[in-house]
Amino acid sequence: MTTLLSILVDGIAYGMILFMISVGLSVTMGLMRVINLAHGGFALIGGALAHALVTHGVNYWAGMGLAVLGTMLIALPMERGLYARIYRMGELQQVLATIGIAFMIIATVNYTLGSTLLPIPTPEGLRGSLDLGFRTLPYHRVAVIVAGLLVTLFLYLLIERTRFGIRLRAAVDHRATAATLGINTGRIFALTFMLGAGLAALGGILGAELLPIEAYYPLRYMVLFLVVVAVGGMGSITGSFVAALGLGTLDTASRYLAPEYGTIVFFVTMAVLLTLRPQGLLGKGRA
Amino acid sequence: MKMLRSFIPDTLLIALAVGAFFAFPYDLAFLTRIVIMMIFVLSIDLILGLGGIVTLGQAAMYGTGAYAAGLFAVHVSNDPLLGLLAGMAAGAVIALMSGLLLMRAGGLTLIMLSIAVAQVLAEIANRARDWTGGADGMRGIRMGPILGQWRFDFIGQTGYIYCVVVLFVVLFALKGLKASPLGLMARGIHESPARMRAIGAPVYQRRLILYTIGGAIAGIAGALAAQITQLVSLEVFSFTLSAEAVIMLILGGAGRLYGAILGVLIFMVVHHLAASVDPINWLFLIGLMVLLVVFFLPKGLLSLPPALQRLIGGAR
Repeated sequence: MTTLLSILVDGIAYGMILFMISVGLSVTMGLMRVINLAHGGFALIGGALAHALVTHGVNYWAGMGLAVLGTMLIALPMERGLYARIYRMGELQQVLATIGIAFMIIATVNYTLGSTLLPIPTPEGLRGSLDLGFRTLPYHRVAVIVAGLLVTLFLYLLIERTRFGIRLRAAVDHRATAATLGINTGRIFALTFMLGAGLAALGGILGAELLPIEAYYPLRYMVLFLVVVAVGGMGSITGSFVAALGLGTLDTASRYLAPEYGTIVFFVTMAVLLTLRPQGLLGKGRA
Repeated sequence: MKMLRSFIPDTLLIALAVGAFFAFPYDLAFLTRIVIMMIFVLSIDLILGLGGIVTLGQAAMYGTGAYAAGLFAVHVSNDPLLGLLAGMAAGAVIALMSGLLLMRAGGLTLIMLSIAVAQVLAEIANRARDWTGGADGMRGIRMGPILGQWRFDFIGQTGYIYCVVVLFVVLFALKGLKASPLGLMARGIHESPARMRAIGAPVYQRRLILYTIGGAIAGIAGALAAQITQLVSLEVFSFTLSAEAVIMLILGGAGRLYGAILGVLIFMVVHHLAASVDPINWLFLIGLMVLLVVFFLPKGLLSLPPALQRLIGGAR
């Protein structure tokens, strides 16, 4: 019973981190039809900025906000300068160009901060545990789950209830038609890309205890984020949410129950799911 | 005459291989690594350049070939050529088995599944510690002389010649395959699977055959690596290996075989020089190189001369 609860709490917290990092990737992939292997780079940039700020005495929460903002400001010129051209390329060129970008981000972080772990010291408030009487929950996990739920709520309201969301959905469904209806798809792309990068940075910072920040972060966890998107279905936020929570819980459960076979269980599950549903759980039916 | 002209690149290549042997007698280990990598990248050129199958998991077959050749040398026979066959067969079997599933997919799904195959194999190799040595790597590979005649020597002369000969056998086999009905069909499938299906071509089956042959060649490359270095580590399955090999191919130019050779040569030499100067920023350089090629020379460096010719011709 205790194990089950631990698996659930850790799994859901892990899933929330995966969701925050992957959701931007899923939306940009669904929207721009670009296979972006450099997305983890934004989580790294966010984590590295937060590390630099917090270790230099900035308050954790302020540092997190500044780091997310900084990542978005870095993402904007990259989108306009590089990605706007990558959208039009073939699949293979996209893969290569974005690997190239990931390499450059890794080298830059490595050059400025070194190749060691970049810890983000958590504040007092996140260190203790919440006592539920029959067992305790670490505050950090609770905070991660709450943040994940808030991000989900924010995205739901943004996509379903705002003018920007309507335009975004139109562009995901059919970009050319959306453009002929007078929607500035270029601006939608840029804003979405920035938002995705910001969420990745947030996920990277909050998840630093589970997925430690270091220079090779984008390559180390790239497959993980892509699996979430592939399983959830490109462009589907709900799909990413379900896939992230499901895979996060599955991965945590196999680590608790059968640590010997964790990786194998993870990838075999993914392979089976993708064989049964090549477009992902909630994919739009075209890749 | 035309027949003769088509052998000019091969003659140049042989001259280069022989010249390198005498020019860099103390770097033969490095040169051998380049030659093995050329064979590996040729296997990717077959499936990606010719067949248009985009994967990022070719290391699955390379690694399987390496472990198969290593196990064969330790438990069965230390004959290098038999070991090479074992590696080739193992690569082909893995490609066939995973291909049954992979060749049904496309796009991101195919890329993800191919990465997953390599990761699962790496994990299996990691767990089967008694056989593979796990994370410590597989040791104790001792090779016998080639054809009972030539022993592997300390500075690697035999190893280099052995690998170069295998490279040329693979290269000529692939040239033949490219001109065969299967090769032409593969090109058709690359250009438009839907049209090939419409004229009655068994697209799935042909892609599977191509993937299996590619797997066999990758297995050969892995087997050579195991025999030459006498060590197999988990790195043989790494994602970086698959990704770098695809980068090398695109650098040189996909679909033309010589592009694979040129790309590997440039990548490995630049890597060697840059890494000895500054091991960290090398990654930045390679990232920049990839971006420049993808943005400005999508057909690879082999297309540079014609592109320049057009530029100069256009200015006239």
